[in-house]
Amino acid sequence: MANDILVFGEVRGGGIKKITKELIGAARRVAQAGGGAIDAVLVGALARKAAEGLTGFGLRRIIVAEDELLGRYSTEGYAAVLSDVVKRNGYSYVFLGATAMGRDLGPRATAKTDGVMFSDCVDVRMEGVQCVARRPVYSGRVYVEIVRTGERPNFISIRPNNIAPADPSGGETPIEAHQSIVSREAIRAIVTEIIPLEGGRPDLTEADVIVSGGRAMKDAANFKVLGELADTLGAAVGASRAAVDSGFAPSAIQVGQTGKIVNPKLYIACGISGAIQHLAGMRTSKVIVAINKDPNAPIFERATYGIVGDLFEIVPLLTEEIRKIL
Amino acid sequence: MRYPLTEEERMIQKTARDFARRELAPVAVEANRTGVFPEGIFRKLGDLGFMGITMPEEYGGVNLGNFCLVLALEEISAVCASTGVTMSVHNSLTNWCILKYGSEKLRKRFLPRLASGEMLGAYAITESEAGSDVAAMRLSAVLKGDEYILNGAKILISTGDKAGAIIVFARTDPHGRTKGISAFVVEPSFPGFSVGKVERKMGLKASTTVELVFEDCRVPAENLLGTEGMGMKIALAGLDGGRIGIAAQSLGIAQAALDEALRFTRERKQFATRIIDFQSTRWKIADMATGIEAARLLMYRAAKLRDAGEPCSKEAAMAKLSASGTANRVVYDALQMHGGVGYTEEFLIERLYRDARVTELYEGTSEIQRFVISREVIDDYERMIPD
Amino acid sequence: MKIIALLKRVPDTEAKILINQEGTGIKDDGIKYVINTYDEYALEEGLRLRDKAGAGSSVTVVCVGPEEATELIRTALAMGADDAVHICDPALDRSDPFATAAVLAKAIRGEGFDIIFCGKQAIDDDMAQTHSILAEMLDIPQVNVAIAFVAAPDAKRATVRRRIEGGDEKVETSLPAIVSCEKGLNEPRYASLPGIMKARKKEIRKETLSDLGFGGRPSEARSSVVRWVPLPKSAGCTMVQAGETRDAVKELVRLLREEAKVL
Repeated sequence: MANDILVFGEVRGGGIKKITKELIGAARRVAQAGGGAIDAVLVGALARKAAEGLTGFGLRRIIVAEDELLGRYSTEGYAAVLSDVVKRNGYSYVFLGATAMGRDLGPRATAKTDGVMFSDCVDVRMEGVQCVARRPVYSGRVYVEIVRTGERPNFISIRPNNIAPADPSGGETPIEAHQSIVSREAIRAIVTEIIPLEGGRPDLTEADVIVSGGRAMKDAANFKVLGELADTLGAAVGASRAAVDSGFAPSAIQVGQTGKIVNPKLYIACGISGAIQHLAGMRTSKVIVAINKDPNAPIFERATYGIVGDLFEIVPLLTEEIRKIL
Repeated sequence: MRYPLTEEERMIQKTARDFARRELAPVAVEANRTGVFPEGIFRKLGDLGFMGITMPEEYGGVNLGNFCLVLALEEISAVCASTGVTMSVHNSLTNWCILKYGSEKLRKRFLPRLASGEMLGAYAITESEAGSDVAAMRLSAVLKGDEYILNGAKILISTGDKAGAIIVFARTDPHGRTKGISAFVVEPSFPGFSVGKVERKMGLKASTTVELVFEDCRVPAENLLGTEGMGMKIALAGLDGGRIGIAAQSLGIAQAALDEALRFTRERKQFATRIIDFQSTRWKIADMATGIEAARLLMYRAAKLRDAGEPCSKEAAMAKLSASGTANRVVYDALQMHGGVGYTEEFLIERLYRDARVTELYEGTSEIQRFVISREVIDDYERMIPD
Repeated sequence: MKIIALLKRVPDTEAKILINQEGTGIKDDGIKYVINTYDEYALEEGLRLRDKAGAGSSVTVVCVGPEEATELIRTALAMGADDAVHICDPALDRSDPFATAAVLAKAIRGEGFDIIFCGKQAIDDDMAQTHSILAEMLDIPQVNVAIAFVAAPDAKRATVRRRIEGGDEKVETSLPAIVSCEKGLNEPRYASLPGIMKARKKEIRKETLSDLGFGGRPSEARSSVVRWVPLPKSAGCTMVQAGETRDAVKELVRLLREEAKVL
């Protein structure tokens, strides 16, 4: 089979989602070692317009499928198109984003093309002529590296923000229209409405990211600074017992044994000393960032990353820097 | 603890544990701190079948035995010993009494509502002058027409102000000692019944402990359990089951305390060493764990004997003596391992320590348990030696 | 309505996962196995649908798993499922999504069904593929990551709300279909004591590969593991310092993004 690679790009509002450039970055790694051309396929209303954003990346061609039946995402519509494109061109690898769309589309298209799919990968690299994909298993407690056996099309979905996005390399890329093959009857589940997320912060006990303040907050009003960081991260705001007892925060957001037990991926502790009482509530956080004026604060022993300094200086800077990259 | 359980027993234990963690834990800290009785919990427990564990299905129970009851009680008590004691009294004492000694009419009237958890049960023996000396009780019950008139008071009655069915022991014959006591099912709506003092206690704050006052309280004669004069027999037989339940409650507290100690000592460092790495800590842990498992096996044994319909007074007393003693030793050591912070409300051990103390005092003090055990051991020995 | 709920036996989320000495897999001893978390939402949704749909409806649990899975299937029956199919065959150990889907397709096709509920992914391999491949094999539509589900009274259509980035999609699908379930769809019920008792009498039909008409494994493995890689050990706290505070913050953000991968 050819060594060619297909990148399934996601279209959003007339442009391409950032993940698409990361997929091209991954595809380039494979192409570098194994030869082969990189094509992209874009599906949906405004796909052609979105394709214009991809023309300077050294791709061989960009296939666009703009049938009106594909205006909104549907598993069966998109899977039919993707599998048709794959079958016609005999790609060796197909990269998709591990996004809501990619996770739904990938396995169905894999089934239609009798391929094999590696889901939610965090890295791909070539070892000899083989593409080795690394993916987390057991809810991220360990990684496994896998390769395809045999010659089937290898669908690989890649988690956003794991592979460096490709930089434009100049030049022009031809855009090709895909011959419509979709019929209305073939699409049995259709999106009728898209409901945007309501505002409001996640529940503390379910939040993936928590920004928490301690006694050093000095005032209830100062929690606003943490709130801004939290909103940038889509996080919940918590407080230590000391902060609650001092009246700086309501007891409903107290993290600790007598408050809420939390389990986020990221816990940012601002002005919290890290005494063992507070830790009972957030011990299982995957990553703990500690910001404290006192370099000897016990929290630094438990944290993953620490910055010594004034939280009122650091937290706004952190909010700013994170806004730049998200 | 590695112990052969059947698939079903494991499922029952798991449901109790999951319920305790998900439903009970979030309210337990607050309920125990404020002393507010967690009313809603018992209906939920009832829906799952936990309020009628040993009751036959025809009355709404699930007809499982005391062994399954202790499996469930230990899990519930590990999270909230107050809920545990309420559930234990309800199942082992009230439900059992009405089932074994109540008329069909009484059974039909009370058991289904007790099984569903919409009604709670209580058990009233103790009086100010009759603690360990049960036969010294003076609450009187005089038959007048088709009613018994009760006069006197009971003290330290768990759930007495929340229960819809209270098993009350009263003296029907002022001259008999142990033979003059009878048992009744009393409902709080009966005229002349009132709740007196509501105690504030050292621990088990989410369970209520009250005085019950009977002033010419009128109890229908049909609410007599068994026959007149059977009261002592009923009380003691009931306590066999009750003690097994309290053993489970004690072990729940003990296991929770050991788990807290392990968790804390793994994290806490002093002198650049984790507390758990000091040998003295490890020896304590070994003793705590051994004591718990030994007591648990005694409890399992007593429960299985009771389920087999065999006499089990000595075994139940051994289970309760051992479990309550172990619980108190374990919470003591666990608190010691926590150091000063363990004395604050920030840590669970503070509550576990206070909750454990009563287990050696109620449903028969440890001294009474020793009385029961030694009497039977000596009797057995006497029977063995040739004349 | 005939409702099917798929179930997988997986290690508990709190189990310590360590790579074995040979590096060929994870250490199995001492691991507690449970019903896949997301399958609990699937089962619960199935039970609720059955209760709403009324007489004649049933929930059948289908599980591909080893002998030890029986206890978990029994738990599902105790939660209220009506009966179960347990596909058990040593040749299916370590099978991949295609093999599992092929086996499920064979078993389920014969049953007849209106809807299949399953978890959005299994928390051991986290592949999230089997149900989509199964949908393709059964030629039915799929809706993934459901957080709300309503079946039409005629049981021919359903409305599903599914979670995507930044919001939800409302999807209308014809039935039969496969719906994979996400946390928040419902609160799974407990296996009540009466339920545990009733489960004694419920049927678990056991099927081997040959019972289903397969000669051996339905398909060859399509991938192989090159190596298992443990998570990097935490080396204590990384203190982030720089001349200027802003530079330190920039470096922290970079570490959070590239090293810790939490941004």
